[in-house]
Amino acid sequence: MDLQTLWFIVIAFLFTGFFVLEGFDFGVGILLPFMSRDDRERRTVINTIGPFWDGNEVWLIAAVSGMFAAFPDWYATLFSALYLPVVIMIVALIFRGAAFEFRSKRDNPAWRSFWDWSIFGGSLIPALLWGVALANFIRGVPVDGSMNYTGALLNLANPYALLCGITSLLIFTLHGAIFLALKTTADLQKKAMSFAKKLWAPATLLCILFMASTGTETDLFSHLGINPGVIPVFSVLALVSVIFLLQKNAAGWAFAMTSIAIAFSTITIFMALYPRLLVSNLNPAWSLTIYNSSASDYSLSLLSVVALIFIPVILICQWWSYRVFRQRITVDSKLEY
Amino acid sequence: MDTLFLARSQFAFTSIFHFFFIPLTLGLSIFTAILETAYVRTGKEKYRQLTKFWGTLFLINFAVGVVTGIVMEFQFGMNWSQYARFVGDIFGVPLAVETLLAFFVESTFLGLWVFGWDKLSKPLHAASIWIVAFGSTMSAFWILVANSFMQSPTGYTMAAGGTRPELVDIMALLFNHNVWQQFPHVLAGGIVTAGFLVIALSSWHLGRGTTERSAFETSFKFGAIFAFIGTILVILAGHSQMQNLLKTQPMKVAAAEALWESENPASFSLFTIGDEEGLKDVFSIRVPKLLSFLAYNSFEGEVKGIKNLQKEYEKRYGPGNYMPSIVTAYWSFRFMVGAGTLMLFIALLALYKVIKENYTFSPLVGALLFWSMLLPWIANSSGWILAEMGRQPWIVFGLLKTEQGISPATVVSSTELIISLALFVTLYAALAVTDLLLMKKYASAGIKNAE
Ligand code: HDD
Ligand code: HEM
Ligand code: HEM
Repeated sequence: MDLQTLWFIVIAFLFTGFFVLEGFDFGVGILLPFMSRDDRERRTVINTIGPFWDGNEVWLIAAVSGMFAAFPDWYATLFSALYLPVVIMIVALIFRGAAFEFRSKRDNPAWRSFWDWSIFGGSLIPALLWGVALANFIRGVPVDGSMNYTGALLNLANPYALLCGITSLLIFTLHGAIFLALKTTADLQKKAMSFAKKLWAPATLLCILFMASTGTETDLFSHLGINPGVIPVFSVLALVSVIFLLQKNAAGWAFAMTSIAIAFSTITIFMALYPRLLVSNLNPAWSLTIYNSSASDYSLSLLSVVALIFIPVILICQWWSYRVFRQRITVDSKLEY
Repeated sequence: MDTLFLARSQFAFTSIFHFFFIPLTLGLSIFTAILETAYVRTGKEKYRQLTKFWGTLFLINFAVGVVTGIVMEFQFGMNWSQYARFVGDIFGVPLAVETLLAFFVESTFLGLWVFGWDKLSKPLHAASIWIVAFGSTMSAFWILVANSFMQSPTGYTMAAGGTRPELVDIMALLFNHNVWQQFPHVLAGGIVTAGFLVIALSSWHLGRGTTERSAFETSFKFGAIFAFIGTILVILAGHSQMQNLLKTQPMKVAAAEALWESENPASFSLFTIGDEEGLKDVFSIRVPKLLSFLAYNSFEGEVKGIKNLQKEYEKRYGPGNYMPSIVTAYWSFRFMVGAGTLMLFIALLALYKVIKENYTFSPLVGALLFWSMLLPWIANSSGWILAEMGRQPWIVFGLLKTEQGISPATVVSSTELIISLALFVTLYAALAVTDLLLMKKYASAGIKNAE
């Protein structure tokens, strides 16, 4: 395997980590306004992700800085092309991050409600936009021979991409509901369970619809060969199984299944891309690939050493932190946020 | 409007704002860690309360550092795509290492620290905040490795037909002289920022006859020592940074001194009103020989002037204007050094109070100690303005001009830039006000409230 492929895998891995981990805390954020009207319960909901959300967000920062380091042209083309959507996503993340820290620092109900809605919007917008962005990567965007984007903003808002956006939004919300069911007790837990059950059908349906339209809208299936491989199939199967597990009250397993569904869908998209990074729909030869966009072998090998040492360390640290905070949170717990 | 101007304004605005919070993060994390260590070792309740009190302020500040950092991460691609393509091979490496080494560790252990008071053993809990502090310091180090390449490129060769630099020697990148000048200066800048904040708030509480006297006396003492050590370090490091700059970016030094002609021995300007068009002084007070002394530790030695350097650069890089904005460089340097000098006196005053164990302050001294907390902010911001604007017209010194670095106007239009700039300015202003009000609330409520 060459270094470019290795780094393609590393970045796919970082995005997978981001969607699986930040996916549930986006979901929790989206559900927050609907979980309760009582402030104490809302604080409980926020505290379920309190120790984790920043660590989860760093998966995104890591993926983006990995793009910059390993494939500078990809980073440059992509974020200049997606200028306004990226601005909107950043603004959303700013509101969200500030909200966690600020919300419970004052008693005023209007203040708290403002930050509750910031958490809601700050979670919903990125959850939607990342789906839209990923779909556009594989569907293709107008990129010219000098790797510059030539399209308009509205090119990005095509039905296929919007379908993907709504799908990712629903799946993350479902993922978050199941996480809440795992981390809370009593009324909150019941409510989270019922949300999860209600969200399952639309999320699964859209996911299947999205997979099907991927067949017609993109070259994904021809690219992977006639047989789409087991990975996309497993991601749908995992999602289908969720409802049975929920009915058996096996929230832990259900959470594992939504995690698998999210991870495998992300992997499918990256497999569809490989070895391309951004498909040009003007001329296939103008697509950005891992070879025409990469950093030098020297830089890539340095980065590889760092990544291969530190990614395991990060995984251990984060795993440990999830273990330390494995207990359920109740309305009587001592709350920090 | 001109996209270059807009992109530069946006970068300047967002990075200065990010760096408004970072120095305090750097310094206060170490300060909080020291307090908690004192608690673990002595078991005294006072130290636990102080840890909580300063820790809360640290967290309120940290939150804004995090959210404004997100902008920084995307911005090189959004507004500076040509720059990102050009330097990606080199610049990306430290940036990615920063994330993998520093941000992950920081965010994970901060979560453990905030939520783990009852879940971790005391030493493990104290270790968490030390790891956070270490992570912040690492993050500063790696970002400065990246920045140092822009200030003084090393460890590269021109590849792809001489159109883009490629990394060939990581050691040269890491041991870039510039890194080891900048890093101590920036870190010490963080320490003084925290030190002066601690002095200011502690003396304010003591002056108002707080019931938590003993705790605030302790934090005043710690803060005074912190501020004093930091100030000495920041000035020494700044001095050596100036000497390094003479070798790497003499134009920046000449601009910072408004030194039009080469001089030997060179004089140090105390106050100059210059004529930037005519390249001459209108009015100036200068201390003879002092600049040579600062530059070479001796009263002899030539310091090159702006006009000579301009001619030299034209010969080396072709026709063009190689002068940064001299007014900006000159005054930002004056503000930084002025603030640093004042800080030295105030730190000495605070230290004197500590040695005398006298924690009553006359209204004048009280006001002085309180408002001195603004000085590090002035120095930090003006220092970066000097470093970045003094480097102009280069974005990567000697290799790429700033105007060549921005995203093509066909990709990012001025309309888009105006929208984003307006959004960031409004949002950041609101964030700043909110953050300050919260800081004020928790700072003035005293220790009991932080529980
Ligand atoms: C509390 C903060 C503080 C204080 C008191 C000082 N500085 Fe500073 N200075 C900074 C905080 C700072 C900074 C914000 O941290 C900068 C910006 C870039 C950098 O490396 O550090 C900086 C930059 C900076 C530069 C430009 C470096 C470059 O362009 O690469 C020079 C020459 C000095 N400083 C010199 C000094 C001197 C001679 C001081 C004597 C009093 C001084 N600084 C006080
Ligand atoms: C690794 C750290 C940094 C990098 C890589 C970096 C990079 C850049 C870049 C790409 C520009 C654009 C050129 C321009 O606008 O003229 C710039 C300008 C600027 N940066 Fe930095 N910067 C860094 C840190 C900082 C920090 C921490 C500050 C301030 C707190 C800062 C302040 C500025 C300012 C004021 C400008 C505007 C200069 C101008 O408009 O002429 N920079 N920097
Ligand atoms: C101009 C380039 C810069 C970039 C791309 C950048 C990027 C970031 C990012 C993405 C974060 C948020 C990390 C998180 O979510 O946890 C952050 C925070 C931070 N940055 Fe910056 N930053 C820049 C400049 C600087 C400079 C010049 C320093 C220090 C000298 C610095 C030090 C820090 C620290 C200490 C934090 C807070 C810790 C943290 O959030 O993990 N940054 N920065």
